[in-house]
Amino acid sequence: MNDNIVDTITKGDYKYGFVTDIETEVIPKGLNEDVVRLISEKKGEPEWLLEYRLKAYRHWLTLKEPNWAHLSIPEIDYQDIYYYAAPKKNSPKSEKDIDPELLKTFDKLGIPLEEQKHLAGMAVDAVMDSISVKTTYRENLAELGIIFCSFNEAVKNYPDLVKKYLGTVVPYTDNFFAALNSAVFSDGSFVYIPKGVRCPMELSTYFRINAAQTGQFERTLIVADDDSYVSYLEGCTAPMRDESQLHAAIVELVAHDRAEIKYSTVQNWYPGDKDGKGGIYNFVTKRALCKGISSKVSWTQVETGSAITWKYPSCVLLGDNSVGEFYSVAVTNNYQQADTGTKMIHLGKNTKSHIVSKGISAGLSQNSYRGLVKVSKNADGARNFSQCDSLLLGDKCGAHTFPYMDIHNESAIVEHEATTSKINEDQIFYCNQRGISTEDAVGLIVNGYAKEVLNKLPMEFAVEAQKLLQVSLEGSVG
Amino acid sequence: MLLEIKNLHANVNGKEILRGINLTVNEGEVHAIMGPNGSGKSTLSSVLAGDPTFTVTEGEVYFKGKNLLELSPEDRSREGLFLSFQYPVEIPGVSMVNFMRTATNEHRKYKGLDPLSASDFLKLMREKKELVELDNKLANRSVNEGFSGGEKKRNEIFQMAMLEPKLSILDETDSGLDIDALRIVANGVNKLKKADNASIVITHYQRLLDYIVPDIVHVLYKGQIVKTAGKELALELEEKGYDWIKKELGE
Repeated sequence: MNDNIVDTITKGDYKYGFVTDIETEVIPKGLNEDVVRLISEKKGEPEWLLEYRLKAYRHWLTLKEPNWAHLSIPEIDYQDIYYYAAPKKNSPKSEKDIDPELLKTFDKLGIPLEEQKHLAGMAVDAVMDSISVKTTYRENLAELGIIFCSFNEAVKNYPDLVKKYLGTVVPYTDNFFAALNSAVFSDGSFVYIPKGVRCPMELSTYFRINAAQTGQFERTLIVADDDSYVSYLEGCTAPMRDESQLHAAIVELVAHDRAEIKYSTVQNWYPGDKDGKGGIYNFVTKRALCKGISSKVSWTQVETGSAITWKYPSCVLLGDNSVGEFYSVAVTNNYQQADTGTKMIHLGKNTKSHIVSKGISAGLSQNSYRGLVKVSKNADGARNFSQCDSLLLGDKCGAHTFPYMDIHNESAIVEHEATTSKINEDQIFYCNQRGISTEDAVGLIVNGYAKEVLNKLPMEFAVEAQKLLQVSLEGSVG
Repeated sequence: MLLEIKNLHANVNGKEILRGINLTVNEGEVHAIMGPNGSGKSTLSSVLAGDPTFTVTEGEVYFKGKNLLELSPEDRSREGLFLSFQYPVEIPGVSMVNFMRTATNEHRKYKGLDPLSASDFLKLMREKKELVELDNKLANRSVNEGFSGGEKKRNEIFQMAMLEPKLSILDETDSGLDIDALRIVANGVNKLKKADNASIVITHYQRLLDYIVPDIVHVLYKGQIVKTAGKELALELEEKGYDWIKKELGE
């Protein structure tokens, strides 16, 4: 594609880049055991959780940042980050107590928290910086025995459940960022769906970073008991800032016998400006344990934000006949870098996994798919199908595919397909000739390409995600 | 006067392809432009449609009284200029329905009209499909993806029917078509002919002109129109070949 095509349209603006002017309580910068203790104390945690944090912290000290990804990560000074930041006036006992500025912020993000304006058919946990601001619809859900609350409340109200599952899918020893998160994690969401209950609405958490120089370390734990079903969605945005901010989250999912969890992400952290300044470092460990027989977990992600993304939502298929799915669209533009994919670990018999990854690279960005399909010795009849497609806009970006297979059972059937294509000038001109502007043409083509994944999102979000794809790529083709 | 081309010169990669084209097309007329390979026929259609590969170096083009060369390719389309491509591109993943709905509504928006409702749009699509005998299954697929050569050309005429252009340029629409496909395509074009629109049929062979009968035939050679006459010129060319033109020009 020639230069005039690549350069003409101006860069689309990041819509969510505003800062909320609100008093924030922070603890001193830097990380040490006292900081870990202080965070735990701020949250009024029980002793066992503090112990867990300290063990994680001590382990973290022995680890080094992973360097195997196809990413160039600037050095991060872990002593130059605030590990706890909380909007000061927030004491969410009742709605009246929520700071109007906070309500306004979430309103502006399209997430109304006032009772009368709640999104129909969706319960929302709104998290800003280190704490949960408000969880909607919780009473209605409680009638069904569903627990949906902030992580902090779960620790207080359902300590046994949290203790039973915390760290069972992603132990703090898992990796550098998991250890860090386990030491300093702030808030997040907790979901428990009891036996036989089909959650009647989408559950969703909206993460917002507001405070400057603050890391966000949230933790999500979802447990679906036997024969239950839940669809969960997370969204995330952050203000535009010149310096980069660290986001290191952990998501753990546990699906018991015949339970199904559908986890969708629309990740739109601030990606940095068009010269690569600022943006979120998104280093996230997400993993599901398909513990029960015939359990199913489906990850769907639309990744358009973040300066750097390091993320591999995975499934451990332990239960016989369990199913893991991963559907991903990852868009990188300007100087963004993404190294993302999945791991499907087949342990049980007749387990199935399905991977569809659609990478879209534009500008000077680097976009990698990294995936592992592992079939253990006892996983008779395991089946995997992977499809990894890359779409390039322009000739200065990179798309890479790193599929790994580790197969220890002869009955396994593992298939991998990969394609790389380019949006070419001829396609754009063809659309132009029919009266479709270049921007709309790119939107059509990209959404067509990503359709298989977008179709997996809940309806309302599919529409949102389509728009997001188009906005993220503005300025990449002219 | 619908289209007026005055002394049009155009380059590709610094090489001059069009070297002073003059052409006037009025409403209700069918023009044929014939010429040997490499004479600039396809370049002329691309330049009129605004293909950025080509650079106009001299001359003027007026379409419905507007300076065509100042309009973006999409606005040329919205003004009513349609190009049936010689090699229609495939756009994987984009359904014909979605593609045509976007195009149709962009045209409507340009005219200050509201977008068509889904049901009205589908009704329109059904009507036009029948007009050009486009297979239902093609309309449900991605744009041109996996279409045969003939199907792609038929799809071009279908899009032309949908957008109801004032001026249609058919660039070698006959190339790669068997006789049945040729007849269907030509029938479609003829059905779309009205007193207030016009077409330019670009072809190497006389064959297509048995079905789409031109009012005026031009011969393009080395980037210039060297001969203009009535429809009998096409037959004469078929009989005598392009060497006859070259001889007439003293080459």
